[in-house]
Amino acid sequence: MLAVLAASGSGLAAVAAAAAAAAARVSRAAGTFGDREPRNRWLMVTVNRPPGQFPAASELPEPVTRLHDRAEVMIRPAPAGRGTELGLRLREAPPASSVSLGARLSGTDPRRELRAALRDAKSLIETGEVIVPDEPPTTHPGPLGKPLDLLIRRSGQEGRL
Amino acid sequence: MKALCWEGPNKLVIEQVPDPGIHNDDDIIVKVTATVTCGSDLHLVGGYIPAMQAGDVIGHEFLGEVVETGPGVRRHQVGDRVVVCSFISCGRCWHCEQQQWSLCDNSNTNSGIAQMMWGYETGAVYGYSHAMGGFRGSHAEYVRVPFADYGAFKVPDSVDDASAVFASDAVPTGWMGADLGGVSPGDVVAVWGAGGVGQMAARAAVLLGAEKVIVIDRIPERLEMASRFCDAETIDYAGTDVQAELRERTGGRGPDVCIEAVGMEAHTPGPQSLYDQAKQQLRLQSDRPAAVREAIYACRKGGSVFVLGVFGGLVDKFPLGAMMNKALTVRGAQQHGQRYIPMLLERIAAGEIDTRHLATHTMPLDDAPRGYQMFKDKDDGCVRALFRPHG
Repeated sequence: MLAVLAASGSGLAAVAAAAAAAAARVSRAAGTFGDREPRNRWLMVTVNRPPGQFPAASELPEPVTRLHDRAEVMIRPAPAGRGTELGLRLREAPPASSVSLGARLSGTDPRRELRAALRDAKSLIETGEVIVPDEPPTTHPGPLGKPLDLLIRRSGQEGRL
Repeated sequence: MKALCWEGPNKLVIEQVPDPGIHNDDDIIVKVTATVTCGSDLHLVGGYIPAMQAGDVIGHEFLGEVVETGPGVRRHQVGDRVVVCSFISCGRCWHCEQQQWSLCDNSNTNSGIAQMMWGYETGAVYGYSHAMGGFRGSHAEYVRVPFADYGAFKVPDSVDDASAVFASDAVPTGWMGADLGGVSPGDVVAVWGAGGVGQMAARAAVLLGAEKVIVIDRIPERLEMASRFCDAETIDYAGTDVQAELRERTGGRGPDVCIEAVGMEAHTPGPQSLYDQAKQQLRLQSDRPAAVREAIYACRKGGSVFVLGVFGGLVDKFPLGAMMNKALTVRGAQQHGQRYIPMLLERIAAGEIDTRHLATHTMPLDDAPRGYQMFKDKDDGCVRALFRPHG
């Protein structure tokens, strides 16, 4: 797939190079570090609200409270007036296979929903809404554009978070 | 509605696309009355910017009339004439509050792509690929403007469209380069690139008190504009040794501040250009950084280099040794327009900043593919092509 991406233009090749680097990071984390690399890290965002004005755990936006049964919540002050740190972690550590690059691309990584919830909660607390893309789209990707289309559809709930 | 769509590298087509709509409470819909080409569009048109899809509407520097507002909008009403910042920013995250508007945490709906490429996502831009949010561009009859209270600015009645439209991107980008590059009274400033952004960076440096501003390019009419409208000296790099010329003009010290306004498709004479082009065509590097290299070598010891040109990925032969050993400050950014636009509109109204001359060619939106060809090839002295979607 990466070879196909590289053949279809330098812009796409840049994305392919970044994807390869990301894949290397994911596989290195899973393989090289082995048991030392926690499969169940806290996923964190920092919200631009001082701790005194930050919602209590039970009053967080619905994308987070909806995950109550499956995820723990952490709230702590960020240093030097940068706001409040908000974290989510699965209550049960996921199997190694579910945190692979393949799982992330196929959308089966169980932490995907946590990432999306953190981003949405941050935006809801800071701005009152979650910005959505323009609809309907004007694009019509051809065969070579399908891998990029998959990347775009996954990107809102993936990334390094 | 009619829009200019990217259909592949160097393939732009006018197409009928769905009208935009209000999707968030803070949105407005703008009827676009003026939208211009930008040098950074050429990287995108040429296929050098990742995450473009066939059918994407391009364009990010524009002005128009508010025709619809979302229920959360407080600062605009139907009928307002507004210039819109090319970057979409929420105004309430930490980065926006720190006046780093292009780093907004909440505007990029495809944050994972930029995180993968750069470590963290940046804010969204109109019409500049799905890595930058995937929002439709401004080369269209109408555009949806999210977070409108923070991104759209009323234009003074005394400023016409052809002058005000550049306050969307070129003017604040140039100003930011001079401001965050640290231009101080008495400085000598060198600017690489005499396009719209380079000229505005030069003018900003003059207004911030620089003693001397030197603009470097090879296009005669652009150098003449820099001299006439920006009070700058010029160097034609096709006819002289730029490094030697700068040493001579600065008493052997080098410029205090060097602003690069060229970007990832830099052209330079000699073997360096051949090397960069070959590596780029072989996909072994994504960007050609010749002007940045030159700025780093030219800058005085302990001076400042600001990278305004758009770059996307990785480069080869970066002079890290020169940067480190000369104790340079090297900084870059996409434009934090919201920080500057109100002040810049006042300066344009007061006659301190001339922008009207940048729109060298005005045409209907239907002629936009031809306009981009002229802009790319610099035909007929084209500096910027301005499109009028509604005539």
